[in-house]
Amino acid sequence: MFDFLEGYDLLGAFWVTVQLTLLSAIGSLVWGTVLAAMRVGPVPLMRGFGTAYVNIVRNIPLTVIILFTSLGLNQTLNVTLGAQRFDVINFRLAVLGLVAYTAAFVCEAIRSGINTVPVGQAEAARALGLSFIQVLTLVVLPQAFRSVVGPLTNVLIALTKNTTVAAAIGVAEAALLMKEMIENEAQLLLISAIFAFGFVCLTLPTGLILGWVGKKVAVKR
Amino acid sequence: MTEVSMAKEDVASTDDLVVLKNVNKHFGSLHVLQDIDLTVARGEVVVVIGPSGSGKSTLCRTINRLETIDSGTITIDGKPLPQEGKELARLRADVGMVFQSFNLFAHKTVLENVTLGQIKVRRKDKQQAEARARELLDRVGVGAQADKYPAQLSGGQQQRVAIARALAMDPKVILFDEPTSALDPEMINEVLEVMQQLARDGMTMIVVTHEMGFARSAADRVVFMADGRIVEQATPDQFFSNPRSERARDFLSKILHH
Repeated sequence: MFDFLEGYDLLGAFWVTVQLTLLSAIGSLVWGTVLAAMRVGPVPLMRGFGTAYVNIVRNIPLTVIILFTSLGLNQTLNVTLGAQRFDVINFRLAVLGLVAYTAAFVCEAIRSGINTVPVGQAEAARALGLSFIQVLTLVVLPQAFRSVVGPLTNVLIALTKNTTVAAAIGVAEAALLMKEMIENEAQLLLISAIFAFGFVCLTLPTGLILGWVGKKVAVKR
Repeated sequence: MTEVSMAKEDVASTDDLVVLKNVNKHFGSLHVLQDIDLTVARGEVVVVIGPSGSGKSTLCRTINRLETIDSGTITIDGKPLPQEGKELARLRADVGMVFQSFNLFAHKTVLENVTLGQIKVRRKDKQQAEARARELLDRVGVGAQADKYPAQLSGGQQQRVAIARALAMDPKVILFDEPTSALDPEMINEVLEVMQQLARDGMTMIVVTHEMGFARSAADRVVFMADGRIVEQATPDQFFSNPRSERARDFLSKILHH
């Protein structure tokens, strides 16, 4: 029944999906945190930039962003992100696009977390003589992160599934292999089911583990 | 002659630790601080009392610029209060603050709460900071709770940790913003005792409170505020036995007859 799988590197394709997910997750967590810091910061210019970025980027379809990285950045502006081989360039462009897009959602999740931290926490930190950056990194963000593990898990799961859009610029991840197999084999239903199962295998444990982590690190008040 | 007067002026300027001149502040159309003049000398314990909404807490919070002011000047140890940034942070490190709702850092242990400012602002090394923190926690009677989280402590214990956290910065003055108002009655005294000890040790303190007993026993001076103005300033004896203003007499008659 599963004879048709021979000759296809199913694990390899999902491994690319995992790599896309992890690198984009780390990148968007960092960039999203910086954006959130800008949006709550005292500098009007940065606040404006953060707000504009989030509202523009989260309203553009991911497909458009990913295609822009390839057609706009790479083919028009010759951005190669330090790579020579075509497939490496596309992989990095896909990560860049996913980071740019996902960071907008990470930013908003973190910002909602910042709003759960009582004002008095920041006031007490400022009263000790801590700088804005110190208040944010030592007192506010550590508490904010703990309260948004749940929402960030949603973003991570969405990101895992969003990596399939990278197929649009030829990154050899799971969805591209699926498309190839559907074209070559007669087992349409079975192929879809296999890939659906593959993604559930990635995202379900993510949700369960991070759900447990969220409870574990919750701040008691 | 000139030398003498110079020396006199020097003494005056070093003795006045906190000076507010002609301070005004509005919350929208509400004129919450009106032409406030207040001078607090080094080592003095000033207790600010008055009815709710009279601007006492706001006054307290302007002194380390948690609230901005619309006009007037505030100087601390001869230096005007900076607007923002590093200068302001440096000044705040010298001005301790104890809040009504304690505001201990919820994600840090009691010990970490007391070492954070020492390490990150005063740049002490961790061991030194911990030794000092344990000493202060012992002094306020919560040394045994050092490794617990704030949520595991009673309100009175949390407030005493907050006092230790303020003391750890070796501040020139400590502001107390209604430190016992959020406490259960049986825990008020344990906090007041710590504050009384501080007052006896010569700490400069500005205390906003409803605890008349504390005002009577620990204050060098009572400042009575109503409707955004300082109505009366006197020694506790004078103020409680013979208030000069009608407003103060009215206030005292309402709170002291029960």
